[in-house]
Amino acid sequence: MVAYTPLIIVLFPLLGFLFLGLIGSRIKNEKLIGLIGSGTVGLSFLVALGLFFQMTGLHPEERKHVVELFTWISAFTGTASSFSVSVAYQIDQLSILMTLIVTGVGFLIHVYSIGYMHGDPGFWRFFTYMNLFIFAMLNLVLADNFLLMFLGWEGVGLCSYLLIGFWYEKKFTGDAAKKAFIVNRVGDFGFLLGMFLIFVNFQSLNFDAVFGRAAVLNPNSTMVWITLLLFIGATGKSAQIPLYVWLPDAMAGPTPVSALIHAATMVTAGVYMVARCSILFALAPATLEVVAIIGALTAIFAASIGLVQNDIKKVLAYSTISQLGYMFLAMGVAAFTAGIFHLMTHAFFKALLFLGSGAVIHGMHDEQDIQKMGGLKKYLPTTYRTFVIGAIAIAGIPPFAGFFSKDEILWKTFSGEYGSVLLWVVGALGAGLTAFYMFRLVSLTFEGDERFDHHHVHPHEAPKTMTVPLQVLAFLSIVGGFVGIPASLFGGNTIEHWLEPVFAPANDKLRLTSHSVEWTEYLLMFISVGIAVAAIYAARTVYLKRAELAERWKNKYASLYKVLLNKYFVDEVYDKTIVNPTVKISEGFLWKGVDVSVIDGAVNGSAKLVALAAQGIRRIQTGVMQQYATVFVGGIVLIMIWLILK
Amino acid sequence: MNILTLTIFLPLVGVAALFLFNKENAGAIKLAGFVTTLVVFVVSLYLYFQFDSTHAGFQFQQKAVWIAGLNISYFVGIDGMSLLLILLTTFLTPLALLGTWNSISHRLKEYTMMILLLEVGMIGVFAALDLFLFYIFWEAMLIPMYFIIGIWGGQERIYAAVKFFLFTLFGSLLMLVAILALGYYASTLPGGQFTTNLLDLYSIAPRMALTLQSWMFLAFALSFAIKVPLFPLHTWLPDAHVQAPTAGSVILAGVLLKMGTYGLIRFCLPLFPEAAFRFTPLLGVLAVIGIIYGALVAMVQTDIKKLVAYSSVSHLGFVVLGTFAMTEEGIQGAIIQMINHGLSTGALFLIVGMIYDRAHTRAISDFGGVAKIMPVFAAFFMIFTFSSIGLPGLNGFVGEFLVLLGSFKSTFLGTYAYSAFAASGVILAAVYMLWMYQRVMLGPVREGGMYGGHKLFDLTKREIAALVPIVIFIVWIGVYPGTFLNKSAPVAKKVVQELELVRQGNQVRTAQLRPQPAATLKSDISKNK
Repeated sequence: MVAYTPLIIVLFPLLGFLFLGLIGSRIKNEKLIGLIGSGTVGLSFLVALGLFFQMTGLHPEERKHVVELFTWISAFTGTASSFSVSVAYQIDQLSILMTLIVTGVGFLIHVYSIGYMHGDPGFWRFFTYMNLFIFAMLNLVLADNFLLMFLGWEGVGLCSYLLIGFWYEKKFTGDAAKKAFIVNRVGDFGFLLGMFLIFVNFQSLNFDAVFGRAAVLNPNSTMVWITLLLFIGATGKSAQIPLYVWLPDAMAGPTPVSALIHAATMVTAGVYMVARCSILFALAPATLEVVAIIGALTAIFAASIGLVQNDIKKVLAYSTISQLGYMFLAMGVAAFTAGIFHLMTHAFFKALLFLGSGAVIHGMHDEQDIQKMGGLKKYLPTTYRTFVIGAIAIAGIPPFAGFFSKDEILWKTFSGEYGSVLLWVVGALGAGLTAFYMFRLVSLTFEGDERFDHHHVHPHEAPKTMTVPLQVLAFLSIVGGFVGIPASLFGGNTIEHWLEPVFAPANDKLRLTSHSVEWTEYLLMFISVGIAVAAIYAARTVYLKRAELAERWKNKYASLYKVLLNKYFVDEVYDKTIVNPTVKISEGFLWKGVDVSVIDGAVNGSAKLVALAAQGIRRIQTGVMQQYATVFVGGIVLIMIWLILK
Repeated sequence: MNILTLTIFLPLVGVAALFLFNKENAGAIKLAGFVTTLVVFVVSLYLYFQFDSTHAGFQFQQKAVWIAGLNISYFVGIDGMSLLLILLTTFLTPLALLGTWNSISHRLKEYTMMILLLEVGMIGVFAALDLFLFYIFWEAMLIPMYFIIGIWGGQERIYAAVKFFLFTLFGSLLMLVAILALGYYASTLPGGQFTTNLLDLYSIAPRMALTLQSWMFLAFALSFAIKVPLFPLHTWLPDAHVQAPTAGSVILAGVLLKMGTYGLIRFCLPLFPEAAFRFTPLLGVLAVIGIIYGALVAMVQTDIKKLVAYSSVSHLGFVVLGTFAMTEEGIQGAIIQMINHGLSTGALFLIVGMIYDRAHTRAISDFGGVAKIMPVFAAFFMIFTFSSIGLPGLNGFVGEFLVLLGSFKSTFLGTYAYSAFAASGVILAAVYMLWMYQRVMLGPVREGGMYGGHKLFDLTKREIAALVPIVIFIVWIGVYPGTFLNKSAPVAKKVVQELELVRQGNQVRTAQLRPQPAATLKSDISKNK
């Protein structure tokens, strides 16, 4: 294995970013910018692929490999317990998988963007930010220590900020960008404190050192704190309750951004982090429970909001939150492989769905309201076909990718030592909702009556640069699940074997036993597919055949509908309870009260006091000689009296 | 000639030369000022390259008898911490002049002289190894700054200048009393004599009884805390910043505030260690309050410059917290954070000055959509904003992280609470900076592209030239802070080791003496003789 391969993978997007950032504004040729922007990511993908194939030829124990570049932050004092962390990249079965997803899906989305962003005055800026994003994301997944991971973690947050606010002349993009960064910072606060606690307990932030030392520990409360704090970080980045609120707003960014950052890669960082720290979470069963509950709640909560949204991207955004919930559910029930597997398949089909929605928006002249669409399959045939494939995949219909990964999660939730039937019920219900809102989306967008204004809108299919990535992702959404066919369906579950060494310490710690094939597994599979099929049928019935039903329900359950449409009013509650009071207290009490009135008041008051005293004392200095002489004599007399009496 | 002494007084050559200039000849005056500061920077680079980083002691020492009877001498020398701060000073001064080239037209000659005199004072403060000399430089620097605010400042410059002067003077007078008392204390020891030599006092002062130490510590700490400024002594800062001309603000924020935190590390900790332990909770709490309070108040400001000024209160809180964590990470973080704050806040003041020079307003509500008209400006502003927010990969993160980690593991602070509360400043920094950036730079362009009744234009080559060097260091420190951290490492190590020794000594002593309280009394009495 070439020692510096991981460095090369990271370097290409960095060079792309630097080149485009420094002279991109002077390149007038869009093709050249697009070529550089997507080319660097493509090269990274090819190198990563080469590395991956090399790894497959090695013994599982030899596949891990660390490249240390230089000392990054260190106290440099040489004392044994003093802090030091390096820029070092780690290749192992998990990080190479993430790298392939990031660069592979990333490359397709870059290519798509050449078509989507065509004619935008900020074309070069877009690719600059996108390359920076890939660079940061690769640091996140390849880091061999918590701090470098945190660099990537905040770095992708920066790119998310820049790209959500890409069209900065609109007011709401700025609001959305700011909200995304700040809410993520709340999560990062937890991540930071988690790191401190790790350092204090393990004297290192290096993965190998920390995980190695953790492997010999027994579950304890410190580990619960560490993992809870890290998980707070994950709820920020991966948009889970209670910090998910930024993701729907993040749809203000260009659609390729939503696909790449807010669906396929960045938002899965929290899942990756939990997977990477699986041994720490294994030492904190209490945290695992929290993770599972938050994941399941988020899954069904976000799905319920997705039922009624009318903005094509908002539906997909809530869907993403919901699917991330499934990944955390997997982590929480200690089905680490299943979670990563779903992360991968989700990257394929959700990127596909977002890019498809981008093609729709592109073809509909920036219209995003699905109530003003309908019947588009006639005008956008390729987009339609690929979009439906994505919808089937996410709905969990076999043999599409989503089926295998989602079913694996549900099965482990039901059967695993850390799962429960209740969590399974929530998950299965959520799966039903998913199928329903997806086919509501498909029906309202592509089928049924054409509800758009034919005079102003002339829907058209997207150019090849956009449709080819759609086709590739559609292909992956079909076959992507085959790497994880479980034994019960006579598959080899390749991905589980591949990732096995990464999760072995955690699995040992949790004493997970592998189950033999049981009839319940088939039964559950049958139930979940049944729910999905029923939900699809229901959605098609309601939105295509009996449209009056939707209206009637809307009126019948008006208050519930309003709550869902307004996303349970969570944003409003946050504003009223946190944002507004903070601003009010800061302005009215702290600034105008403490600073201006109290402190400055005291300062100016004492200055006035001095001035006042000086006014008084000034009278003594009259300049009249006789007065001075009188006081002088009087003084002498007083002193003499005192001397005599003494 | 000693190269350090040369660096300190070199700006005076420029002052002398300026006397020969015709005051009408603005271009020549500016050039003379700029060239002088540039030469000083180049000379100070020599210090950097000759500096031995493996060595914890003071280098480039020079000592000359000054007031023989009182054992006061001209005594200078630098260690890693002073080296970095001197380089920060010599680096920022020319950039402050370059970045505000056309901002001052009135009494330009005097203004340039004041800046040069200020530079002498600043370098001197960081180099002095004699307390009396330190005090002279400390006060000497106050005067040009007072004039810079009072003459070349904004509408309410007189109020701001007087407030700045009185606050600082109040603190420094107490410090003078403490310096004299310290010298006197030295003379009361057997065979001792009056001295203000810092290196001698390092071994003498820690022997003082706790009560005396505490008073001395408070006198010094108060003076430094005002300079930092530490909550609740910070109210002079927003006024001084808002009124000061841009170059004044850059230097004030970039260098002058560091003198307070420098003083805490240089004097308060090593001279009065036991008193420092005693007051650690107080200073720690004030630092944390400053971090959160400064950020919250910054958030609601309506004037860009005032917002940046309040952000300094927050950022400097980190430095103080790191100092009183008394761990290697904490002190290292505090030192690098001083440099970081100098760079990013200095740069932010330049940025504010540049937009003020164009629009003649600093009210946030007068802006919006500027990024469209000034894209290059927007890019620089963005970098400095994120540097200030502490984004990993840029400089601010390195300092904040080390400070927070150092205070988290500190046994002197004794609880995670300090660090945990301080870390919330990381969230708040993002709130106030990004909100401000959004309101000024993003959104739709104002009607006709007019701001404050003026048409904006993007940065000139000269302005870019003033900002690029800062960006380079912001990224350098963010990616490879080792260059700077290993200069200050021996200092941090030494300070922490000595504090640990004192603490262990205390523990041993109290452990030995606890059964016999009478003995404690006796040893204290004998110590005071």
